[in-house]
Amino acid sequence: MGNKAAIIVHSGDMDKLYSALILGNGALAMGMDVYLFFTFWGLQRLKKGGLEKGPLSKMNMFGLGKWMIKRKMKQAKVASLERMFQDFKELGGNVLACDMTMDIMGVKKEDLRDDLISDYCGVGTYMDVAKDASVTLFI
Amino acid sequence: MAEIKVECIGETCPVPLVETRKALRKAQEGDIVEVIGTHPSSKKEIPMAVKAMGLELLDVKEEKDGTWKIRIRR
Repeated sequence: MGNKAAIIVHSGDMDKLYSALILGNGALAMGMDVYLFFTFWGLQRLKKGGLEKGPLSKMNMFGLGKWMIKRKMKQAKVASLERMFQDFKELGGNVLACDMTMDIMGVKKEDLRDDLISDYCGVGTYMDVAKDASVTLFI
Repeated sequence: MAEIKVECIGETCPVPLVETRKALRKAQEGDIVEVIGTHPSSKKEIPMAVKAMGLELLDVKEEKDGTWKIRIRR
């Protein structure tokens, strides 16, 4: 059944995290195996309480733009990032945390959402998954 | 054989697709999953996912108000 999707989540922007999770959930719904690799700014979103902290990638306007978009999303009944993450996990999606980013940015395991993270890894794991994935994305 | 109902009225992308997948994962072989929703793209995309997973699409119906009903056999 299905194939693999390997998605790098490099950005910590709120809208890009939505993109990553919507794509990831869509791929799982299609019966694919999905791996989300959180690195750099993306990894910051896996900190406890960090999921919704990202700014909007454009027109953030010190949070005003983000607030407006969030309001529109609520009206359109778009699911929250937390809900999308829970769905991702329930459908068997894999969440991998980049350990080099943790070293550089001084992020400790206990700072991160252990309930979401499947494993801690480096580039080797990503490439091992991506080499025979039919979908690879860098967000 | 059980019949499982999934209600996604008013939900948007990717919720109907995700909820369908969740129900299909929980279903036993031979069970029927019935999804009801209003999100237009999901009406096309749920059958795509059913095909991708090699399951049986029983029928797709749409009401005048845009509500659709999709039946799948696991």
